[in-house]
Amino acid sequence: MTPRKPVDTGDPDRLYLVTGGRSRADESFDLVTLIVSESAPTPGMQSEHARILELCEHPVAVVEIAAELGLPVTVVRILLGDLLDTGRVTARHPRAAASVASLPDSALLQEVLHGLRNL
Amino acid sequence: MDSATSELPTHRTPLRDTAETGLKIVVVGGFGVGKTTLVRSVSEIRPLNTEEVMTQAGVGVDETDGLPAKTTTTVAFDFGRISLNDRMVLYLFGAPGQERFWFLWDRLFSGTLGAVVLVDTRRMDDSWYAIDRLEHHGTPFVVAVNRFDDNSVRYSLEEIRQALALPAHVPMVDCDARVRASGKDVLITLVNHLHDLATAKEATL
Ligand SMILES: Nc1nc2c(ncn2[C@@H]2O[C@H](COP(=O)(O)OP(=O)(O)OP(=O)(O)O)[C@@H](O)[C@H]2O)c(=O)[nH]1
Ligand SMILES: [Mg+2]
Repeated sequence: MTPRKPVDTGDPDRLYLVTGGRSRADESFDLVTLIVSESAPTPGMQSEHARILELCEHPVAVVEIAAELGLPVTVVRILLGDLLDTGRVTARHPRAAASVASLPDSALLQEVLHGLRNL
Repeated sequence: MDSATSELPTHRTPLRDTAETGLKIVVVGGFGVGKTTLVRSVSEIRPLNTEEVMTQAGVGVDETDGLPAKTTTTVAFDFGRISLNDRMVLYLFGAPGQERFWFLWDRLFSGTLGAVVLVDTRRMDDSWYAIDRLEHHGTPFVVAVNRFDDNSVRYSLEEIRQALALPAHVPMVDCDARVRASGKDVLITLVNHLHDLATAKEATL
């Protein structure tokens, strides 16, 4: 994907086509929810759906799918909602994504520290 | 500078199949302060770029009479990733600290562990705003001062703390965003701080 300026004007028509005009994204998909395919793409499937299934043979975060497809995160959330509803993918949601101000527990942070120190 | 980039594989590196928990840390700061450089120096993948759309009201892809809104705005950000262990993956986001971005903060970064405010002492104004917004959102953060070689004036961390009116409990750290060990040190400073906060909070329960 070509880098863009931090703020520019998108192309609403293209997004409208990809989502079939839908605008409500499934908010349960966090940027770092990990998606795994549960089935292979089938003939006639919308190409974006097929691409996601190919991509998620191993776990892939929602934000990585958005980057790979070159689509906004909101659009990817809508597409993932379709795949989840039909059982074609499963989602591993983050533990720590509760409210903004609430801290994760110290045990989890200890694990993060350990991982960082071992880099 | 670009040698660090070319060492990274150009194809996608998949996560382990055991990966189950995604975590977020956000690096905020003004234009050209070194956000992407910091993300790149610690990431196991070449930083990727993506975008989110919003209407003027900040609500996502909007509809008017069944048609998409004609004025959507796109906010771009980049990110990298660090596999911490078999189960946990840390995503590191580089986000511009500019005003418009904060409309999207909750939608993109709710549940973030914490933030790094990256500061260039030649452009402190950019940092003011980010610090104010993070305090407003209740997101814990540390301040990392990216030392540029071409900057002749070297303020001490204490001078910078005063200039930013930063409370004593907010950790500060020097860094060179181009150096992996330095970037790693910034992240450890943040997570140490978060750990202290969590431990203190747990003690009062
Ligand atoms: N000397 C020096 N140069 C740096 C350092 N960090 C970044 N740079 C350089 O500063 C320039 C901007 O760095 P970026 O990482 O692109 O900054 P950014 O914050 O992502 O910039 P935008 O995304 O455009 O806002 C690049 O040319 C970097 O090579 C540093 O610690 N020291
Ligand atoms: Mg950048």
